[in-house]
Parts: sequence; C-alpha cells; structure tokens
Amino acid sequence: MTYIKKPRIHHPALAKNRLGLTRRDYEGTMSTLCAGCGHDSITAAIIEAFWELEIAPHEVAKTSGIGCSGKTPTYFLKEAHGFNGVHGRMPSITTGAHAANRDLICIGVSGDGDSLSIGMGQFAHVVRRNVDMLYIIENNGVYGLTKGQFSASADVGSTAKRGQINREHPIDSVLLALNLGAGFVARSFSGDKEQLVPILKAGLRHRGFALIDIISPCVTFNDHRGSTKSYQYTRDNYNQLVYADFVPPAEEIAASYESGDARSVEMHDGSRIAFRKVPEDYDPTDRDAVYGYIRERQRAGEVATGLLYVEPAPEAGEEADFHGIQGTVAEPLADYPFEELCPGAEKLEELQGRFR
Amino acid sequence: MAESVPGASGAAPGGPASADAPAAHPGDIPASPNGGPPARRINDLAFKIGTVNGTGSASANGLLRSAIFRMGIPVSGKNLFPSNIQGLPTWYEIRANGRGHTARTARFDLTVAMNPATYKRDIEEVTTGGWVLHDSSWPLPRDLDRDDVTFLGVPLAKMTVDNFQGSRVRILMKNICYVGALAALLRIDLDIVRGLLNETFAAKAKLLDANQLAIDLGYDYAMKHFDCPLPVHLEPMDGNEDSIVIDGNTAAALGCVYAGATVAAWYPITPSTSLVDAFTAFCHQFRKDPETGRNRFAIIQAEDELAAAGMVIGAAWAGARAFTSTSGAGLSLMSEFIGLAYYAEVPSVFFDVQRVGPSTGMPTRTQQGDIQFAAYASHGDTRHIVIFPANPHECFEMAVEAFDLAERFQTPIFVLTDLDIGMNDWVVPKLEWDDAYRPDRGKVLTAEELEKATGPFHRYLDVDGDGIPWRTLPGVHPKGAYLTRGSGHDRFGNYTEDSEPYADVLARVGRKIDGAAAHLPAPEVRLAEGAKIGLVTIGGCRGAVLEAVDELAERGIAANYMRVRAFPFHPEVEPFLARHDVNFVVEQNRDGQLRKLLIAETGAAKESLVSILYYGGYPMSCHHVMDGLATHTDIGTSDAAAHPAGAAP
Repeated sequence: MTYIKKPRIHHPALAKNRLGLTRRDYEGTMSTLCAGCGHDSITAAIIEAFWELEIAPHEVAKTSGIGCSGKTPTYFLKEAHGFNGVHGRMPSITTGAHAANRDLICIGVSGDGDSLSIGMGQFAHVVRRNVDMLYIIENNGVYGLTKGQFSASADVGSTAKRGQINREHPIDSVLLALNLGAGFVARSFSGDKEQLVPILKAGLRHRGFALIDIISPCVTFNDHRGSTKSYQYTRDNYNQLVYADFVPPAEEIAASYESGDARSVEMHDGSRIAFRKVPEDYDPTDRDAVYGYIRERQRAGEVATGLLYVEPAPEAGEEADFHGIQGTVAEPLADYPFEELCPGAEKLEELQGRFR
Repeated sequence: MAESVPGASGAAPGGPASADAPAAHPGDIPASPNGGPPARRINDLAFKIGTVNGTGSASANGLLRSAIFRMGIPVSGKNLFPSNIQGLPTWYEIRANGRGHTARTARFDLTVAMNPATYKRDIEEVTTGGWVLHDSSWPLPRDLDRDDVTFLGVPLAKMTVDNFQGSRVRILMKNICYVGALAALLRIDLDIVRGLLNETFAAKAKLLDANQLAIDLGYDYAMKHFDCPLPVHLEPMDGNEDSIVIDGNTAAALGCVYAGATVAAWYPITPSTSLVDAFTAFCHQFRKDPETGRNRFAIIQAEDELAAAGMVIGAAWAGARAFTSTSGAGLSLMSEFIGLAYYAEVPSVFFDVQRVGPSTGMPTRTQQGDIQFAAYASHGDTRHIVIFPANPHECFEMAVEAFDLAERFQTPIFVLTDLDIGMNDWVVPKLEWDDAYRPDRGKVLTAEELEKATGPFHRYLDVDGDGIPWRTLPGVHPKGAYLTRGSGHDRFGNYTEDSEPYADVLARVGRKIDGAAAHLPAPEVRLAEGAKIGLVTIGGCRGAVLEAVDELAERGIAANYMRVRAFPFHPEVEPFLARHDVNFVVEQNRDGQLRKLLIAETGAAKESLVSILYYGGYPMSCHHVMDGLATHTDIGTSDAAAHPAGAAP
C-alpha cells in the first residue's frame, strides 16, 4: 500500500486534543514495512501516546539507528525533526542532541540487532549517563532487512525460518538495563496496545533514561513454529505482570484494581503511575526483587511484561539525570547567547599573563 | 675520559665517586676539539635533559624554559616522553635562538644526563666540543668516555641527601639543583629564576624555601667548580615582548571557548587529551553562570571515539557548536560517522592531534601521517575541509575559524595539528581577539522565517546556487521539520534509491566543498628574488623549513617558500607550484601525503614535486630539510651529522 499517498484533508469530526491536533497530525508518511509487522503497531501506539499527552510534535527529536526499526521514525510525528543515523549509534546522536538542547523531548527507536549487537556499547553507556529519553527496542529476535539471521536476543533453542537452531545465549535488554541502573524499565508486546500506550506515556514523562523493550514479531522471518518471538508464542507465554496507568498531574486515579493493593509512584512532573494487576509480593520500585522476579518467570517459560521497574522521583535538589550530572544551565546550550559564552578580549589579555 | 682534556670532571668515568673531591679544576675552560679556544656563541644553543619519567623533572625543565623566555630570548621546549607513567626514559630539549629559529635541532651543545639507563645515548648525542652535565655522586661507567666533550660532574644526589629530608623531596630537588647549575653555566638570570619560583610557590612557603635552596646549591657548586659561564651561553635580549609561551592544545581549547563551543565529546587519547583538559579548565574559569554556578557547557567523556563523534554530530544537529579532539587511531574509529556528517551535512569540528601511526604506532611521538586520511575519511565519495595550523597561535585562530567554516559549509571540519604542536611549548605572538566577532552560523532558518514562509521547507535544495542549502534546527518550528539520514536522499530530504535524485544531491555536496576552497586559509608564501626552487610544506614543519630557507640564503641559494594551510587547496597553491621546475615538498610521513594530494588535486606535474621526508617521530629539524635537499641538488650537505633519510632523530 506504499503507493497510496496519505490524505491531507481529514474528517472534521476527528477528535482533537487540547492543542487542537488530531491523531492524524501525529502521523508520519506511509509505512514501507511488511503488512502485519509488529513495528507498525508500535508506531500507532507512539502516535496515540503523543496525542494523548498533548505534546507539540515539533518539540520532539526522534532518532534511530539502522534496520527495520530505524525506518519507523519516518512513520510518526512528521512535524518533528528526526535523525536516522548509523547502525547501533542512535544513543550517541541522541545524547548529543539532548546535551545541546535539553528542551527537546527525545525518543529513540532501536532494534535488537541495533541495540544488543552492534550498538551494545552505546546502549549500555546511554543508560549509565541517564540521558533523558524514551528508548524503544523493537525486539523481534531477528535481522529482517538482511533476511532472517538470529539476533542477540534470540532464545536458546529457538529456530530460524530455515530450521537452524540458536545455541547462543540471549542478551536480555531488560535485565541488562536493570543491572546498569536504568530508572525506568518496561517490557511490552506490540499486540497489546492497552498495555503499551500508558507505558509509552509514562516513559515519555519519566525524567532520565526510560527503556521499553517491545516484543514485536517479524511476520516475514520470525513468526513460525519454533520461534520464541512469534505472535503465537508471545500470546501463549505472555504474563501481564504489571499493568500501569499513566495519570497526568491533577487527575484522580480512577482505574479499577483487579488484584493486589493499588500502588502509585509519583514522577518528576507530578504525574503518577498507578499500578494494577500487580501480584501481591511484587514491588516495582525494588530493583533486586524485580530482577529476581523476571528471572523466575523466565525459568517458568513466561515473558513478564508491564512497567517492571520504576525509580520514584528523587528528593528535590538531587538531580541524577544527564543534565543534573553535567550541572548545566536550565536553558538549552544550543541557543545560549554568544555574549555570555565568549570571555572577550580583555579576559584574553589578562589570561595571557599566565603564559609569560 | 682522556686525561689531556682540561675541565674534566672529578667524577668522570671511573673517577672518584666522592662528592668531596672537586668535580673540576676551577678556572679551566674546555678546549675546542681541535685544540683551539672554544668558540664563543651567544643566544644560539640547544641542550637536552635526560631523566626518568615520573621524577618530577617537568617542573624543573619548565622553569628553565620560562626563565630563558623571560630573558627575552626566543626559545622552545620539546618534551620527548614515553607512553608510560613512571620509570622510563624521558627527555626535554630546549633550544634558544636569538634569530627566532626554534624548530627542533639535533645538535646539542650540552646534555644533562640524569638517567643512567640512557647515559650512553645521551652522551653520544652531544656535539663535538660540547658538555655533559652529570650526577657525580657515583662514577660514570668507563665505556662512556668521549674525549671530544667535556664532562661536568655535579654531586646532585649527595647534595640533596645532605640538605633535604624524604625521598620524594630529594628526587624533586635534584632536578632543581641542575637548574641552578645550568643557570651558572649558561648565564640564565638567577633573579628571573627566583621570581618564577616565587610565583609558582607563592602559597607554599615550605616548598619555596626548598626550591630556592636547591637552586643555590646547584648554582654555587657550578660557580665554584667550573669556569662559568661556558663560552656558549645566553644573554638577555628583547625578543619576546609581544610573545607568549603556550602549547597548541591549550591554544586550540581557548579558541573553542572563544568560538562559543558548548558541547565537547571525547575519548582519552594521547596526544589530544590535554586539549579537552584545557577546554574543561577554561570552561570552569569562564563559563559558569555567576548566579547559579551552573555550567554553560557540557563535556562528555564518551565510551569510545565512535560515540564521541556521534555526540558531536547530534549536538551540532541540535544547534550547538560542538567538537571532539582525538588522534589518528580515534579518527579511524570515527570515520563512519564522518561520512554521515558529510552526507547529511551536519556541521562538526574534529581536532586531530596527529601521532605516529599506523595502528597504535608510537603514541608519544609526532608525525603528519593523517593528511590523506583526513582529506577523504570514510567510505564512498567523501572529501573534507581540513585546516593545518603550524603553531599554537594558529591553533587558536583556526579553532575559531573551524566552527565558522563548519556552520557556513555544513560539513565536518578537520583541524590537523600534531603532538609537537599540541603538547610542546612554543614561543608565539600573543593571541588577539576582536570583540566585534560574532559566530557565522551559516544558513539557518529562524522560527520567524519559517512562520512567514509560504512554501514548504526542503532541506537539501540549492536555493542560492552556491551548493549550500538552508537548514533548520529541531524544536524551533513545525514547518522546519525534516528527517536527517545517511541513507540516499533527494534534494527535498526524502529517502530515495533512484539514480537521478541521489546523484543530484551528491554532486551538489561535491560542488559545495569545491566552492569552499577559496574561503579557506590561504597559503603562507614567502618569495625570494631570483628563486628557482620552491619549498612547500605543511603544519608544524614551518620552523624547520624557514630555517632551511635562511640557511640556503646564507649559501647564496634563493628559495621560495609556501606553507599549505588548507585542503581543498586554495587557488593560490597551484600558481606557486607552477613558478618552479622543482618544488620540494617537506612533510613528516613516509608516503609523501601532501605531495600526493598536490598531484591529485592540482595541475602540477608529478615530476615537479620532490619529496623531502622525515617520519621517525621527533619534530622536523632544519637538517632534515638540508640533507634532503642535498640528495637532490648540489647545495652541499647540512653541517649537522648526516642521517639516513626518514628515520634520523
């Protein structure tokens, strides 16, 4: 359907958010991915999340690496600047952009090959630096554009389309991010929009690094029997561990809770995450326990999903995100007045006394 | 040591070890090797100090260099150090020259031999008729004997043991003692030395006293035991009134501050690390918000050079002036990103403080081995703007210019210096700043301009016919949005795999870089009347080549001089080459990289360009140029010792 141009004029009755924008205004160009690709569902969820959060698209910087996931920023937020860089290096581009302009809302879209193989180093270090960004891994366990090689997230024993069996141990981005100190770690499924949209919203509002690893089946190369990243396998072994609602500031928590106690975690901007369907002994703010719980579910053959871990907002004055660590001024460096950056001739003359 | 040589030290090889024995006969003047009186030479000398790294000799050597500078004598200090923290040999070479020739020379009038591990080499390197100052607390081995130099023994270790407590202080003060002795021998103004110590240790009275005492011990010993000053010595002059002593990395860092750079991303690598260190220090000095104490800068130590390059490109894309500083190995790692910045047209500044390659090479030695690589770095059709400072003064100016060029031409700019420029102390004219300067941000559409625009914005459209498109910054205006990509794109910024729109953009980017040539720094040219040959050089070879031009003139040979300062070559480069049947191209690499670029990128005939090369890792010297010329012409050999081409020290 890529030959079909998207219409420019929309139905006047389309719902508008408070910026007067419809969901259409948050779209990009037509996707060129395979019909049924999980990535397209994620793109739709991203559009929904931005629309619901009422973020002006041009305030966003969307970045990506190379691979099928790398193409997706074209498919949402056409009024936002995007940067489709080189393979595995989306984190450094985003870090630079965020360093230069801290007002940009950064969303990076990566894949399992992009983040866990060629870009493993940059992934680890962007977590460490706590760059204020939403980092999405569209995880399908396979290299799509090069026709179906295993990626580093493929499980031991899972089979490729032509029958080869993977014997190498997988790298789990969620466990890795927990280890590296990420303050917001989630896993979701492209087929579960109800779970995904609130997590995306919370991730966008989280100050600091937020990871969402999204199982996103590759319909062409990894959706067969024997794959552990197929639609069927994911649905069969899906453990909706933690449902989280994103509650903007000044709104009441009104969701119903099916089990466990209602819990809410306050975020930097005053919004809250309300957890529901949480197992009684599960504490999403206890890093070690979360790690143990995910491992336990994995041993049981389940894929634990939801907003698995979130660090409560730190005490006032305690800034642990990138710009807090850097100690930078509140205004973006990119348009800081030159007069206040250049020390001037007099200072240079004075300084040179030191060099005599 | 031959008994017949007067002025021999009492602690000469095999001689008595006791410090009580006089080290020399007072009043003796070293004879010239041919038996005549030693030649008097004022303000034209070079000496080297051989020490062990990690012993604190750097401050003693800096003290000597500063004192000579303050005497008004042009001087350079070259630190030849190992890739090591502690325990390996290191040398500091000082050349003072009233005529301003401060390139490295391999002719040492004097050596201070402080490191037994390198005694042999250090003593061998002293020129005939020269002097060896050594620690006479222990005997020098007999096999180091030379009868054409004079050994000056000073019981440095014994003096420090007798006068100071604690092994670390003793080690440090031993260095200061030789400064005192040299002050007497070379007639370095003692008041200036004391003044420098007062400045350095103003807040540390105890250290000040110790240092002053050590100076006196060395000075008094030399005055008492040797005929001071030596016939080759220094006298005050007024050559440095408008000069400063600075290294290129510090100057380049200052240039980045003055240019308004706000984001630096880097990975530690010798010899570029001190550039970011200096930038950090200057930022803390000049870039703190006075009210909040917060930083008007971000300096990111990346996980590797790939990430550093990505951060610079990301920051520049978002509108900051951003740079990285690296050396050859780092530039190799950055090359994928360099291609992205070139093709996606992201302004970015890369300092490459070159060291010896290939591979890890010799990390603490100097070379100009990245010229060709920088010019065409990355896969596919890429061609970059590269500028070549010759000294720290130009590092400052060209750092500022690099940011303007990057934003004007929306492309990565490479500033190629080297270890010698970057880390050594140079006497250069004072840095100047015009407060009227404002950054040239190039073609960037503002929010107001985008708001008023009637048509859509297209990122890669050649609106003005100069090959330079307009760009927009993220976060400014919805109408400015576009997707930056390293994949094939058309002039509207859309993805393409179609032949024509792809080629259209690539050709336009090529035109843009071609068009930049005339706006880059013009070559430095010096013409001599009647000159038939051209001497062409680049970067830090400047001093050695200008010295050679002078030396040639003294022999009655006129030579024209040109130093290339930028790539793609400025329109003045080719006409200079065309003036001569032969141009000698002097550079510090094996393959004659500048020559190859000149052949590839100008109309000059291959045969008219003759390489003179030295790539052994030390800074280029005049004798390399003269020896090289001698092999091709009948100018006669250099009066320095003949060395095999390429690898001589």
